[in-house]
Amino acid sequence: MKPETPPPVAAPVTDDELHALIDGHLPPADRQAIEARLLQQPDASRRLADWRAQREALRALHAPVLEAPVPQPMRDVLLRAAAARRQTNDWWRWGGMAASVVAAFGLGWLSHGQWPGRAGAPSVAGQRGLAFAQQAAVAHVVYSPEVRHPVEVSASEQAHLVQWLSKRLGKPLAVPDLSAQGYQLMGGRLLPGDTGARAQFMYQDASGVRLTLYLGALDSGPNGTAGGETAFRFTDDGPVPRFYWVDRGFGYALAGPLPREALLALARAVHGQL
Amino acid sequence: MNPNELLSEIPSLRRYARALTGDAWAADDLVQDTLERACTKHRLWREGTDLRAWLFTLMHNLYMNQLQRVRRQSAAGREVDVDDSEAELIAPTLPTDTALDLQRCLLLLPEEQREVLLLVTLEDLSYKTVAKITGVPEGTVMSRLSRARHRLQALMDGVPAAAGLQRAAEPVPLRRLK
Repeated sequence: MKPETPPPVAAPVTDDELHALIDGHLPPADRQAIEARLLQQPDASRRLADWRAQREALRALHAPVLEAPVPQPMRDVLLRAAAARRQTNDWWRWGGMAASVVAAFGLGWLSHGQWPGRAGAPSVAGQRGLAFAQQAAVAHVVYSPEVRHPVEVSASEQAHLVQWLSKRLGKPLAVPDLSAQGYQLMGGRLLPGDTGARAQFMYQDASGVRLTLYLGALDSGPNGTAGGETAFRFTDDGPVPRFYWVDRGFGYALAGPLPREALLALARAVHGQL
Repeated sequence: MNPNELLSEIPSLRRYARALTGDAWAADDLVQDTLERACTKHRLWREGTDLRAWLFTLMHNLYMNQLQRVRRQSAAGREVDVDDSEAELIAPTLPTDTALDLQRCLLLLPEEQREVLLLVTLEDLSYKTVAKITGVPEGTVMSRLSRARHRLQALMDGVPAAAGLQRAAEPVPLRRLK
């Protein structure tokens, strides 16, 4: 807008100028120039005050929604999309970060000598079981503190979760129900392991304590016999205590920040349902 | 597109939709549809461009489609159940009379004005971005913004003429369509 009057009388402040002022889209110099002109324009000044108050009121309206937790159905859309994409092609793009964290943790343990030597281990299954238990511990500490994405597919989609993970692990899975022990299933995710895909199911009790059940096929020993089975074993070597066992070539590890007895009872409950 | 980035946009999408529709359920349905659309069309979003602007564009398109459907239905003589619509139009989180009044007045604005006002006010988007989202020239955004601010002020001040003065369209109560 061109000023039609001589310089001493300021041009009327336009609505567009007021908007830019109110919405903060002006550089400081322009803002000051407009504010100076407003001093002589009571009408425009009142409009400015009204619209500012209006803007504040609108921003306050529904402001609590900004702090509200995101509803599960909305989270599920994102998780489904992530899972679908993973299945199609670039598995590593999203899984890669987690995988590299797992690898880094794993290397850390190796270099600390907490891993038994590969040679001379007492039994193939025992050794594989321990390595597997280490991976389970890593997966537990990586994912259980997650606030936003503790699981990839939530328990509300249990059918999909079971179907998906069964397919990826090449074995029909059953998700143990630990509600009698006070733990609710949160969901699960797919992870890379050194001998193939791994599934992790996560559970939580009312106080927020999280358990993870980690499972996957182990390389069977010669003819699938030697590496077949082990008893329950306990270890608290690592970041979280866990029980682990091998059953028909499949490894299981239950990890959680619990005393040995409590964890054993849960491990038995899991084993009984598999 | 990173799901975390998408997740962090959800609260502002929800608030905007709530103010736009005046109905908590309809708003969350709209957000849900927007997210589903975003996930199926993620390839159309170019890395490095404004994710928020893209999401609001998707939401704008969905909202406009819904309005058209609602208008077609009302044109076809479909009656809205009063009990039903009454329950839906009352947003449960509104704390005060003033807030109720503000939401009510907001719903008396024509959709295209309400949309521009809310995108500018709640989302701090530039006028240019709002023009892109709503698919109109920037000049149109500015005039809609002016009309919206003048009219909302008149409505809030209780100027009786304001309601009938430049009534462009009857407000269409947006209902849950699913």
